[in-house]
Amino acid sequence: MLSGARVVPLGDASLLIDLGGGIDATTHGRVRAAFSALSAAALAGVHEIIPAYTSVAVQYEPSMHVRGGTAPFDEIRRLVLDVLANAGEAPAESGRIFEIPVNYGGEAGPDLEYVARHTKRSAADVVALHAAAEYTVYMIGFAPGFPYLGGLSPELATPRRASPRQSVPAGSVGIAGAQTGIYPLETPGGWQIIGRTTERLFDPESDPPTLLRLGDRVRFVPVSTS
Amino acid sequence: MIRVARAGLLTTVQDTGRRGVQQHGLVAAGAMDSAAHRIANLLVGNAPAAATLECTMIGPILEFAGDALLAIAGADLGATLDDRKAPLWRPLVAHRGTVLAMSGPRSGCRAYVAIAGGIDVAPVLGSRATDLIACIGGLDGRKLRPDDTLGVGAPAELSERIRAAIDTAPGRARSAGRSLLPAYMSEPIVRVVRGPEHDRFSKTSCERLRDSAFEVTPQSNRMGIRLVGAALSLAGPYDLFSSPVTAGTIQVPPSGEPIVLMADHQTIGGYPRIANVISVDLPLLAQAPPGAHVRFREVSIAEAQSLYVARERDLRIFGDSLRFHYS
Repeated sequence: MLSGARVVPLGDASLLIDLGGGIDATTHGRVRAAFSALSAAALAGVHEIIPAYTSVAVQYEPSMHVRGGTAPFDEIRRLVLDVLANAGEAPAESGRIFEIPVNYGGEAGPDLEYVARHTKRSAADVVALHAAAEYTVYMIGFAPGFPYLGGLSPELATPRRASPRQSVPAGSVGIAGAQTGIYPLETPGGWQIIGRTTERLFDPESDPPTLLRLGDRVRFVPVSTS
Repeated sequence: MIRVARAGLLTTVQDTGRRGVQQHGLVAAGAMDSAAHRIANLLVGNAPAAATLECTMIGPILEFAGDALLAIAGADLGATLDDRKAPLWRPLVAHRGTVLAMSGPRSGCRAYVAIAGGIDVAPVLGSRATDLIACIGGLDGRKLRPDDTLGVGAPAELSERIRAAIDTAPGRARSAGRSLLPAYMSEPIVRVVRGPEHDRFSKTSCERLRDSAFEVTPQSNRMGIRLVGAALSLAGPYDLFSSPVTAGTIQVPPSGEPIVLMADHQTIGGYPRIANVISVDLPLLAQAPPGAHVRFREVSIAEAQSLYVARERDLRIFGDSLRFHYS
């Protein structure tokens, strides 16, 4: 089912599976199918499987795939392609839907006015459009528990800030290009911040330590602090 | 137990890093020079995954509250034990009141202090490594501060045999031979394999990567070594979807100045990946200070992995030889 995938080295202890496509639901389905099949296969020496928009990385211990005459990469590539060829359809959606309460605008969303001007809408319209969609978590990365969400209305697309802020508060909800996401930790950042949530996306004491994962659905619910 | 009299520039508890967490967006962290970290542990009879102290440039001053077996590996940061020069790459004995001090870098950047029993901090998500971005692991998720105290785990039986052997006869101490160490040099030549976007770069850029020297800038840190030199550029416009990266990935932002990702690298990157440093040469970059010049040499994946497997075997044999020597 995933036999068109290209597998290349990502250094000498990791490989990259390129599934092609783009940032869309079909490609996401293929990513989830690959991630699920590889996780279940539990190939020897594989200690990390990292899904992304159109690719999946597999980190492995080369010493565990030494075969006379072939490089460990060639051996594990063969095993990975085999798993992908036999992969079933993407499992049914994770079934989890999260409602994330967001305080939009004001001090919590210092870039809401900028996004409104850029998209030629009122701030209230931007909020309504942002909260109307149901988003899919396409991948987690950049920071612990940071969700790359698919499904942002193209009408809300706004370029990143010309220069990033030194510090964006944890829980900030932002837009960058055609992407929307939530900052789980206080970090520097270049996204346009339109609101903030008190929901904790990352908790090292929990297992797993992140609230969201691949395939979850997210809705933003406007709340007011007044 | 150890008291931190002076913390040094950036001293953190590290081990071999956090596994299985990158899919959640957490960095692996761990020792920048994993070879020095592991050899230091082997020298004192620790498992390779035991936690050590990674000392950066200006090292700490530590006071020992009791007897301990330790080893220092990696950079020469001017280490002394009770004001006497402390040799690297061999086990040493400290007693109650012994002071380990580091004056400043003579060569390299990062020194590892391994103590028999390992640094005793609570593991977080399976590792004792300090994650300075998520602020977890190590000692309260941060670098050491003055007046911190560090516990040490119970030493293994092998460690006790080593300590007993060298306390009475220091000449019995077994050190790590030169051939076991990475090929540290002040102007390192670092081997790389091609990255996923290598062929998207201009022919000139690919040649520049191989033929020119790049300088390590002061903006380099545990997340990545930022280099400056001949600018690298793509052959044509190319929209790269955010994609996984790994330690050693050489990514090229629009500025053309390559960044080599290291221990605290973010899990996903958006810049094209021209090449990837091979695992056995990452220690060379970990020890390259700002101002050092780095050159790259391309090797095949087969050669890179042959070197990887050989290093694992050499470290295993070294561990076995120590067990035999002190038996």
